[in-house]
Amino acid sequence: MARTVWDSSVGKKTVMAVSGVIMLLYLVAHVIGNLKIFFGPDEFNHYGHWLRTVGEPFMHYEWTLWLIRVVLVVAVVAHATSAYQLSRRDLKARPTKYVHSKPRASYATRTMRWGGVILGLFIVWHVLDLTTGTVHSGGFQEGHPYQNVVDTFSTWYGNVIYIVAMLALGLHIRHGFWSAAQTLGVGSRARDRALKTVANVLALLLTAGFIAVPVGVMTGVVS
Amino acid sequence: MKLTLRVWRQKNAGAEGAMSTYEVDDISPDMSFLEMLDVLNEQLILSGEEPVAFDHDCREGICGACSLVINGDAHGPERTTTCQLHMRSFKDGDTIDIEPWRASAFPVIKDLVVDRSAFDRIIQAGGYITAPTGAAPEAHATPVPKADADFAFEHAECIGCGACVAACPNGAAMLFTSAKVNHLNVLPQGAPERESRVLDMVAQMDAEGFGGCTLTGECATACPKGIPLMSITSMNKEWLRATRKAGKR
Repeated sequence: MARTVWDSSVGKKTVMAVSGVIMLLYLVAHVIGNLKIFFGPDEFNHYGHWLRTVGEPFMHYEWTLWLIRVVLVVAVVAHATSAYQLSRRDLKARPTKYVHSKPRASYATRTMRWGGVILGLFIVWHVLDLTTGTVHSGGFQEGHPYQNVVDTFSTWYGNVIYIVAMLALGLHIRHGFWSAAQTLGVGSRARDRALKTVANVLALLLTAGFIAVPVGVMTGVVS
Repeated sequence: MKLTLRVWRQKNAGAEGAMSTYEVDDISPDMSFLEMLDVLNEQLILSGEEPVAFDHDCREGICGACSLVINGDAHGPERTTTCQLHMRSFKDGDTIDIEPWRASAFPVIKDLVVDRSAFDRIIQAGGYITAPTGAAPEAHATPVPKADADFAFEHAECIGCGACVAACPNGAAMLFTSAKVNHLNVLPQGAPERESRVLDMVAQMDAEGFGGCTLTGECATACPKGIPLMSITSMNKEWLRATRKAGKR
């Protein structure tokens, strides 16, 4: 059955939809966590520490966090691999362009592929910057996420990379959420307006929520 | 009306093609688009040139033979087939670009004619019901709920012209395939092959080299019969259901 799903274009879209929904659920939790930065270093750093202790005493220190990380890596890899393979198929299916072509579909729809690439690169930078601290500006301090975040958004490139990626994220979710509903067969005429509204609201809230942090650092609200 | 036509000319499947420019005069706004092309072809024959090859049959908008991408739109600017498109949709002095359907699964045979037999093979894979032929059965023998009958009919309207594939940026045949799957899968007559139909038709669609769906909605916008985009959603649902059932066996 797994083989049938992976070999079919409809099945691969299902993989994309499911992995996309997993990442989307994670992002909702992520943005709520991020917003704690507006309540000061103590609350934010405490939240960061709590993330490592989730599930104790059943789970050992950081086990839950690593479980989530593994699920996310699997989701990202599945999403990107199926996107790459489906895009290859799509481009091969339509090799000749029309002489008379016009801009079609919405901006969000047309930017899914490049937007996805931007998001993939962003995730790599984001992890190296704020999880491992490899490319972090200034001294990266394990266990002091508040200061690390302020450091990142005190550089111009940190702000630019982050804000561009979050705008791409909003567009990606706008078309992606609604599309996932169609791929999973839960869309219908009666539900279409509701699904589109949810997609737009999710895109807007997540983008605004994430961008609030660099804006907060830039305006000095967070320092 | 005086018009400038830029038409895709290609000698055969293997030859390189190019856009050629022609002028036509005295075009009546009441002519259909195909009649306008007939005028062009008469003109070409009189001057000893090769007429433009294009597909057409019933010229009533019900057979699905005609095609043409007109100014970048499959079947032109109106939501109908090319044969039902009239020259009143254009203005005197317009330049009109006429191109064949573009998709690797629809190779150009000559000029504006493409090979759409990939659609036939998708139908052969499951777009039928297995029933003994003979006299028409008694209409009330198999009751069909009104909502299901309406749903089936809406999808049965598909004439298989291929405008959905031509309009899709991925050259996908999802709208065509979903129309055929939904039409039969909702009816009691189609129930015995409900699972194998959707699995086999989707597999054949992939094998023919059509692209995948990115839900741009271009197909449903181009469809002269108004097959809704949600048709694809319904087929995805059927496909997932069939895959789950097949996995249990």
